Amino acid sequence: MTSTGRTLAEKVWDAHVVRRGDGAEPDVLYIDLHLVHEVTSPQAFDGLRLAGRPVRRPDLTIATEDHNVPTTWTLDPSRKTADIEAIEDPVSRTQVSTLRTNCEEFGVRLHPMGDAEQGIVHVIGPQLGLTQPGMTVVCGDSHTSTHGAFGAMAFGIGTSEVEHVLATQTLPLRPFKTMAVNVTGKLRPGVTAKDIILAVIAKIGTGGGQGYVLEYRGEAIESLSMEARMTVCNMSIEAGARAGMIAPDETTFEYLKGRPHAPQGADWDDAVAAWRALGTDDDAEFDTEVEINADELTPFVTWGTNPGQGLPLGASVPDPEQIADETARYSAEKALAYMGLTPGTPLREIAVDTVFLGSCTNGRIEDLRAAAEVLAGHKVADGVRMLVVPGSMRVRQLAEDEGLDKVFLDAGAEWRQAGCSMCLGMNPDQLTPGERSASTSNRNFEGRQGKGGRTHLVSPLVAAATAVRGTLSSPEDLLAGSDH
Amino acid sequence: MEPFTQHTGVGVPLRRSNVDTDQIIPAVYLKRVTRTGFEDGLFAAWRGDETFVLNHDAFRTGSVLVAGPDFGTGSSREHAVWALMNYGFRAVISSRFADIFRGNSGKQGLLAAECEQSDVEQLWKILENDPGTEVTVDLREKTVTAKDFTASFRIDDYTRWRLLEGLDDIALTLRYADDIDAFERSRPSYKPTTTPVASA
Repeated sequence: MTSTGRTLAEKVWDAHVVRRGDGAEPDVLYIDLHLVHEVTSPQAFDGLRLAGRPVRRPDLTIATEDHNVPTTWTLDPSRKTADIEAIEDPVSRTQVSTLRTNCEEFGVRLHPMGDAEQGIVHVIGPQLGLTQPGMTVVCGDSHTSTHGAFGAMAFGIGTSEVEHVLATQTLPLRPFKTMAVNVTGKLRPGVTAKDIILAVIAKIGTGGGQGYVLEYRGEAIESLSMEARMTVCNMSIEAGARAGMIAPDETTFEYLKGRPHAPQGADWDDAVAAWRALGTDDDAEFDTEVEINADELTPFVTWGTNPGQGLPLGASVPDPEQIADETARYSAEKALAYMGLTPGTPLREIAVDTVFLGSCTNGRIEDLRAAAEVLAGHKVADGVRMLVVPGSMRVRQLAEDEGLDKVFLDAGAEWRQAGCSMCLGMNPDQLTPGERSASTSNRNFEGRQGKGGRTHLVSPLVAAATAVRGTLSSPEDLLAGSDH
Repeated sequence: MEPFTQHTGVGVPLRRSNVDTDQIIPAVYLKRVTRTGFEDGLFAAWRGDETFVLNHDAFRTGSVLVAGPDFGTGSSREHAVWALMNYGFRAVISSRFADIFRGNSGKQGLLAAECEQSDVEQLWKILENDPGTEVTVDLREKTVTAKDFTASFRIDDYTRWRLLEGLDDIALTLRYADDIDAFERSRPSYKPTTTPVASA
């Protein structure tokens, strides 16, 4: 036994060890919540069927349709869900109908396309109050790290692990190393959670977090809303980390209280007491630490083909010849060729064809509000299309209640149904070869948003300003423009 | 899962770093509900380029991929592993693998062998100088051999043992069903369930 305290991650881990590994074997870790979607689950359910195994805890499992659904269907008022025929591609339709059959057969709660609670898996968990501090949360999706914003240990898993969790409600795992990401200072107006995480990834690299769970700490993190914290944790995987966490505090409790699945009555008090004890002990030690100064951050955008290839909006496209490291230089050359960019071009002069506002990174109500505020009274630039895709049907409803849909439509943007949409180039919302986007999503990999598509990752504020000006822009640029 | 002890096959030099899962298999190929048939999606964007390594006759039948650092970054899609295996790959060699990809490989019987980057460079040279050269990956000895060059690789002992024995992870965990039962009895009552509630 050592006398040092424990980190948040270590506390959550320890509280879920069903069986401690003996060195040779990993720990067996209990999973509190398993989120399921259509793409990574069919082979897992099939495996259960072949082995004659049931889902051990259907009551800790919830499914939704998000990755492979269109966002253009219309709801028949006489029905509660959208018609599956709205999915034109027969292979996609089979995948969605397979999820429906599997959920029915194994007794798993499902929110199908068009249902009032349907949406991106990482948006609906928190919104239902199912994601809570101190929990272990998994999903066959790497952006499961989103849920770490609540002080949960949440990470993406592959389909074999999905089957493992369905069958046993556990996973065999070795503890992650811990990294503190200290974000000191205060964010300036117009600088957001998205800019923090893009700066973190640019600093530590796409492999920098490998093997670690990141804990985001410091004044700038503490002052973020829950939704902004989710944006930060969401992209932990883009730094190579399986999970990212933020200690729960009053902001967390305030967000959770009264949500459908939040604890009630005496359970609430017990829960909050337990949650308050989760924070990293003062004498705990992280395996490594990095520092980011929020005072110095400005809006951040990516220029390359991995999320670590980002720069402040005021910078110019980098010159690979100035990069000393050979691998990084080659990677930058390849990225610029793919992106069709010339070294030295100011990022602000890069013209886009499409603006995508949405995804599990930035498809929540605060993101829509922020973008709408910038767009109000403006028009989307000629020749630019803007897709606004709420992260869930509930977000969509809320936005319509607030009149945000009108703001988007008046500006000339498209107002869509909920889903993953253009984040991943799987459903009908895709870029065409050579088409350039400013996107609030999380990955700018080659072809991520559609074959040959060119992606610049941005915050919702930058997305909205870019839609208006047609080139990568911040809201400040709109003010400057009005002076002329 | 089939046991993996040793494999010999044509080595394929993939001189690229940060080969993310969208390059291994783009999302548009993830629509199938089976574990088979993903070979067409493997490196789909690159295979249209006739200079791509897998389009060379000598490498077409490759089964040991030798790639740059940070292989398999990005998404959790196990389809990336299925695509490699459906195509015929049995092992991938890299100096650094993304965590989820490495885990998925271990579950499916694809050997993710971590070598020093200098050894990867050496293998690239051998495979490029004499296309079609076979590489032997020996999991017992934790070595990779091409011609007269041999390097050791790293893999965690537990994954190695499971691969050597061809053991099913779920069956291994179900040995501890009593422990899982006991743990469940001790969970706090405030933990949520997904059972629909009236206000939901």
